[in-house]
Amino acid sequence: MTHGYNFAYLDEQTKRMIRRALLKAVAIPGHQIPFGGREMPLPYGWGTGGIQLTAAVLGASDVLKVIDQGADDTTNAVSIRRFFARTAGVATTTVTTQATVIQTRHRIPETPLRDGQIMVYQVPLPEPLAKLEPSRAEAARMHALAEYGLMQVKLYEDVTRYGHVSISYDYPVLANHRYLMSPSPIPAFDNPKLHMSPALQLFGAGREKRLYALPPWTEVRSLDFDDHPFRATRAPQVCGLCGAADSYLDEVVIDDRGSRLFVCSDTDYCAGRQEAGHGG
Amino acid sequence: MADDTLLAARGLSRRFGAVQALDNVDAELWPGEVLAIVGESGSGKTTLLDVLSGRLRPDRGVAWYRDPAGALHDVHAMPEPMLRALHRSDWGFVRQNPRDALRLGVTAGGNVGERLMAQGARHYGRIRDTAQDWLERVEIDASRMDDLPRTFSGGMLQRLQIARTLVTHPRLVFMDEPTGGLDVSVQARLLDLIRTLVANLHIAVVLVTHDLSVARLLAHRIMVMQRGCVVESGLTDQVLDDPHHPYTQLLVSSVLQA
Amino acid sequence: MTAMLTAERLRKTFVLHLQGGTSIPVLDGVSFSVAAGECLALSGPSGAGKSTLLRMLYGNYRADGGHIWLRHDGADLDIASAEPRAVLAVRARTLGYVSQFLRVVPRVPAIGIVAEAGGGDRAAAADLLHRLNIPTRLHSLPPATFSGGEQQRVNLARGFIAARPVLLLDEPTASLDAENRDIVIGMIREAKARGTAIVGIFHDAAVRDAVADRLYPVTPLQDPHDRDHSDQRAAGAAR
Repeated sequence: MTHGYNFAYLDEQTKRMIRRALLKAVAIPGHQIPFGGREMPLPYGWGTGGIQLTAAVLGASDVLKVIDQGADDTTNAVSIRRFFARTAGVATTTVTTQATVIQTRHRIPETPLRDGQIMVYQVPLPEPLAKLEPSRAEAARMHALAEYGLMQVKLYEDVTRYGHVSISYDYPVLANHRYLMSPSPIPAFDNPKLHMSPALQLFGAGREKRLYALPPWTEVRSLDFDDHPFRATRAPQVCGLCGAADSYLDEVVIDDRGSRLFVCSDTDYCAGRQEAGHGG
Repeated sequence: MADDTLLAARGLSRRFGAVQALDNVDAELWPGEVLAIVGESGSGKTTLLDVLSGRLRPDRGVAWYRDPAGALHDVHAMPEPMLRALHRSDWGFVRQNPRDALRLGVTAGGNVGERLMAQGARHYGRIRDTAQDWLERVEIDASRMDDLPRTFSGGMLQRLQIARTLVTHPRLVFMDEPTGGLDVSVQARLLDLIRTLVANLHIAVVLVTHDLSVARLLAHRIMVMQRGCVVESGLTDQVLDDPHHPYTQLLVSSVLQA
Repeated sequence: MTAMLTAERLRKTFVLHLQGGTSIPVLDGVSFSVAAGECLALSGPSGAGKSTLLRMLYGNYRADGGHIWLRHDGADLDIASAEPRAVLAVRARTLGYVSQFLRVVPRVPAIGIVAEAGGGDRAAAADLLHRLNIPTRLHSLPPATFSGGEQQRVNLARGFIAARPVLLLDEPTASLDAENRDIVIGMIREAKARGTAIVGIFHDAAVRDAVADRLYPVTPLQDPHDRDHSDQRAAGAAR
């Protein structure tokens, strides 16, 4: 049931082109590959890169989960899930363990991923050096020669100014000991989940028309100093709904008087815990 | 070239359009030796510096560099990663305008530490200690370590550039008019500092300057260039006190005496 | 006795390109030898080329002909044809030179200038400065603002501290009073006693008589009315 569209919206040649780029990306973990991005029926910044990658890897028997800021029920997540249900006729789910393909913006699920799953990350700025080196050609040369001292200088400046590295999301990582990589705007809290993940992780930037990948079981190291090691930080609260003390929390305003509640950003994880009898 | 020559060039030529910027230039440099290249602007001295340091390719001729292990490398046939690695470690480049070399949005300490981090240093405390040591060596108060260079005077900026360059203990440093554009009193301090550091650390320097007094103070040897050619070379005091070539005599006689 | 320094048929002509290529022959056929512990005084009228000759011996002026054999590290080396590196090594270990005027290095204090020449020995530098009546309060100041006599004494301290086997002295007492002149005479004698070979220009006959073993007359080559050219040249270059 695809309502007159080709399976998963994109034509087969485009999907092949993206798959070829993905194969190259998987072969060189963390290395950005340009691809001929197509116009998609939603604006840049809403996940056009991720959608094209999902379209390219999706099969008829896949089960798709889409999250935005950890939630399955936000506008963006609902729209994208519906988009693929309509154009590919695939089954969708909100349950992390049931999904075979998970497209995400800003989070990695709390529930550990497993072998055979594919994570698709929506990436606004694929170039981790962009803020430090204005010249794209020079940034490419720095990648080619693995000259990443400048990124370390940025961390040095952070530690000097704030006493710790102040990057709280999109915290730069080194993939497979070689390429400096943007993990997309996930919180630094999620960085350890990138490391040695059993899932295949794909990253797509629609506006920049670049993609990159981490094959399963890739070593991913967050940049740091020996004497200022990387630390995954979270709000020092427990979830107000499920009582989780190990999950990434969002702070939400719950009434007109400004009362606040810390809750799991991963709605599926939180719901699962509540069903199992945990409470806030 | 002899066994311990650090840098050697033979027959370097380079043309920019109708201008022969370098014409069959030979040069040699020993470890720890300071070689001044003097001449007026347009004489080809900066072109020579750029060619020797691999930033510019010659039309003809070759330049060799001997690495710490004793192996010779053709500077212009070196793979780019190797040349860039060399420029971050065993070589240094001090520019006339420190703003071209420093990161003005990065603290003084970060500027000094960058080359260490580029070489893989990952211990914040040690990077900081080394940076502090170098700031003190170039007479910048350690309390300025976390300040941005844009708050520094011209002389401090140039000293910061020198600390940033020497922190990896390079064996060869290229300097392009390092004291140009500074007040005379600031110049004197900087010259003394360069002289002391270069001698104590046994650094070889190729120094481009139009200022003969800078050459006299810093250089063991001097090469006088005119229209792309080396017209005279030798011991610095010999060339400056007993110049033989008409152009050198003109240069020497044109210097104002204080 | 071993010759420490031997000049062999030295020739020097200045060519002034800025004055239409005028050639000024200054020295020709200069030959002499100095042994360890001996002091040879160059004599002759002003403008005869004595300072030029001394500068040639130091490798500061180039010789147009002839040889300057110097005993260096157990072998004879020809300064007139030596590589720059070799000349610097000779100056660092074997050959000292006290010029008439101190060439001031900006910002370096007097004691630093002397200690640097003496391998970094600041105590020895201070002793020598004291001996030459440079008071302690001046040691830590750059000599740029010193009087001519004080600068000359700093220069002498620098020349004498390292005890080089061969020493060249150009009017070492020119701007000194009698007391300091006698101190310098004492220092020259001590150097000779240590075996230092000395070639010097001593304008002051009393100093010359007190230290020199032999005289070597340097005679003017060109017509007297041309002489001021070479004076000019030498003075211009001697700065």
